[in-house]
Amino acid sequence: MKLTSRDFKTNARQALGDAGLQRALGRSATHFQARVAQARENLPEFEALREAARVIRDHTIAHMDAYLETYAAAVERSGGIVHWCKNAAEARDTVLSICRAAGARMVTKGKSMASEEIGLNEHLEAHGIEPVETDLGEYVLQLRREPPSHIIAPAFHLNREDWEASFRAAHTDLPADRVFQERREILAEARTRLRERFLAADVGITGANFLVAETGSSVIVTNEGNGDLTQTLPRVHIVLAGIDKIVPTLEDTTTLLRLLARSATGQEMSVYTSFATGPRRAADTDGPAEYHVVLLDNGRSALIGTPFQDMLRCIRCSACMNHCPVYGAIGGHAYGWVYPGPMGAVLTPALAGLAETADLPNATTFCGRCAAVCPVKIPLPDLMRHWRKRQFERRLTPSVTRSALGLWGWFARRPASWRLASRAAMRVLGWAGRRGGHFSALPLAGGWTAGRDMPAPEGETFFTRYEREQRVAARRRA
Amino acid sequence: MSQEAILGAIRRGLGRGGLTEDRLAVPRARLAAPPRGPVPARGDLPRAAQVALFLRAAEREFASTVRVPALSAVPGAIAAWLAAGGLGTELVVAPHPELAGLAWGEAGLSARFGPACAADRVSVQHAFAGVAETGTLVLPSGPERPATLNLLPETEIVVLPASRVVGAYETVWDWLRVERGRGEGLTALHDDGGGFMPRALMLVSGVSRSADIEQTLELGAHGPRRLHVILVDDDPAACAAA
Repeated sequence: MKLTSRDFKTNARQALGDAGLQRALGRSATHFQARVAQARENLPEFEALREAARVIRDHTIAHMDAYLETYAAAVERSGGIVHWCKNAAEARDTVLSICRAAGARMVTKGKSMASEEIGLNEHLEAHGIEPVETDLGEYVLQLRREPPSHIIAPAFHLNREDWEASFRAAHTDLPADRVFQERREILAEARTRLRERFLAADVGITGANFLVAETGSSVIVTNEGNGDLTQTLPRVHIVLAGIDKIVPTLEDTTTLLRLLARSATGQEMSVYTSFATGPRRAADTDGPAEYHVVLLDNGRSALIGTPFQDMLRCIRCSACMNHCPVYGAIGGHAYGWVYPGPMGAVLTPALAGLAETADLPNATTFCGRCAAVCPVKIPLPDLMRHWRKRQFERRLTPSVTRSALGLWGWFARRPASWRLASRAAMRVLGWAGRRGGHFSALPLAGGWTAGRDMPAPEGETFFTRYEREQRVAARRRA
Repeated sequence: MSQEAILGAIRRGLGRGGLTEDRLAVPRARLAAPPRGPVPARGDLPRAAQVALFLRAAEREFASTVRVPALSAVPGAIAAWLAAGGLGTELVVAPHPELAGLAWGEAGLSARFGPACAADRVSVQHAFAGVAETGTLVLPSGPERPATLNLLPETEIVVLPASRVVGAYETVWDWLRVERGRGEGLTALHDDGGGFMPRALMLVSGVSRSADIEQTLELGAHGPRRLHVILVDDDPAACAAA
C-alpha cells in the first residue's frame, strides 16, 4: 500500500470536513466501546487474562528464534512448506511464484493486513493473476479501489448508499434498477457473487491471527466464514503472516483468543476460529493439496531490543483505535498507511521509517485510553513519546517547535528563572483578562484559541499561592 | 538465506548468539508441558449445569438447539426440524461411525455420506466436543468429519453427545493430545505427519455473520445461515436437571 503519511495534516483536515465520513465515524465509535465494555464486565477473569497475555507475549519474544524454528519444523512435518521472507519484495515474489507454479489465474483472499503491508494485490494483478478479496468489507473496497480504513472493519468509513452505488457499478449483469430494501440484501448479493469465486479459485491466500509453534498450525478468526472457505476449497493454501504472530502452545493461544474478540468487537468468540495444520492428509476427502506459509519479517525483528519491542505483543484487535479520540475524529485513511490509530502511530514509523511518518506519533492527546484498553498492555502513549524524542534527536521536528522546546527546556532546568518568568506572565495575563475572565485570542496560540477560549489566570502562580498557604498554616500551628 | 538473516536479526536484538541446549531448555519445557492461563470459572459447573450453559451460550449466538434421548432419535429429530422450516429432506452427512448406521431412510430423509459440494443445502456434522464457556462446537476435519460440511451448505446440523460437553477449551486440547496421540514435545510425530492436530480444526460459535455494513449485524454471510445443534443425552449425570 502506498505510503501517504507525509500528508497527514492535509489528510486530517480533509477528513474533518468530509460529511459522509463524519456520519460513519459518529455511528461507529460508541458501538464498539459499549460492546467491549460489556464483554469485559461479563468476564471476571479479564484483567488476569490481560496480565497472562502480556507475560506470554514477552516470553515468546525472548525466545522468538526457538519458537519460530520449532514452528517451521512442525509445519514441515505436517507436509507444509515455510518460506522465510526478509521484506515486502521477497514476500510478494514468493507468493507470486507459488501462484505461478500452481498455474493460478484467480486467487481468493481472506482478510490480511500483512498483504496490504506488502502490496500483494497490485503485484499479482501486474503479473496477470486476479486477486479477489472475500471479506465483505474488503470486497467493497476492492470494487472501489480504496484501501481499508480500519484493521478489523475495513469499510468502517462507508455509508449504506456507498455500498449500493459500488455494487450497482460492479455487478452490471444484474438489473440496474434493483432495490436494496435492507442491508441483508447487499449481503446476499455479495454472498452469491463470492460463492462462485470461492469455488473457482486456484489458490486461497489468508493471513493468520496466530501461528502455533507446538503444532505448526496457523489460526484465523472470522465472523463471515470467508477466510475459512478460502483455506478449504482451493487446491493451494498460502498463509501470509508476520513473525510476531508466533505463540508457543495451544494453551497460550487460548489465553489470547479469550481476549481477542472481546477487545475487538465485544463478542465472546468470533464465529469461526479455524486452525489449519498442513495440507490434506492421506485419508482426507477435502482440503488443499498444498500448504505454504510465507513468514514475513519486514522490519519486525529490528524492533527487538529497542524501546519499541513491546509493540510486537500486538494482537491486532483494534481496541486502541476504537477508543482513540483522534481516530474517532479523522478515521483511518488520514494516517496514510495500513495501520491506523495508536497502534499505527507506533508501528508505521517502525516499519516505514520515521522521516516519512513523523506526524503520526504527534496525532495524540495522550489521554491514555489506548493503553488502558490494550489486551496485551502495550504502553502506546509511552512509545509515541519515544518516537517524538527520536524526531527531536534526528532534527525532524519543525524549527518553531524546536525553538519553543529549547526555550522551555532552558527555563525548566533553571527553577528560579522559571518562577520569576511564570510569575510575571501570570500577572500580565491576570491583569489583561480581569474583565472577561477568558481570552478568545492569544498571541502565538491562534491554533489553540481558534476552537476554544483560554480561561484567564487569577494573577498568581501555583507556587506563589502554595508557599503563601504553607506559611499561613505554619503560623497557625505555631 | 533469509531464514538465517531473520533469526540472526532476532538474536542480535536479544543480545545473544544461536540456540544452545541451555537456551532451548525453557521453550522445550513449555512445549512439553504447556501451562494453562487463567481459565474462566463460568464453565466449572456440575455436568447438568455445564450442558445447560452450553445450550444457552449457543442460542445466544443464534444457533437453535434440541435434546434427544439417544442417537437413534437423531434422524427423526432432524426430519421434524427440517419439515418445520421447509428445508427439504436431502442431506449430506459426515461418514462418522455414530451417524453412518442410523435409520435415515425410515425418517423419510435421503442421506449421502461424504464431503459437501456446492449444490448441497443441508449438512449433518458430528462434533468432537462442545465448549460450555462460549457455546462453541469443536469440529476437527478428517475422512469421518469433512470440513466442507461446516462451510458450504446454507444449513448445518451438528450432532453433539452430551458426554462431550466440557467447561473450557483446555479440556479439548487435552482430549486431542490423548485421543489422537501425543508425540514427544519438539519431535512430535504421527502417522499422517500432523501430530495430534487434524488438518483443520474449526471452533464454531453460532451462525455466520457480518457487521461490515454500517457496523450493523446481519446473519448469513459466507458460511451457514442456520446452525442447529442436536444434543444427544448419553450422559446420565448431564440429564439430572434437564
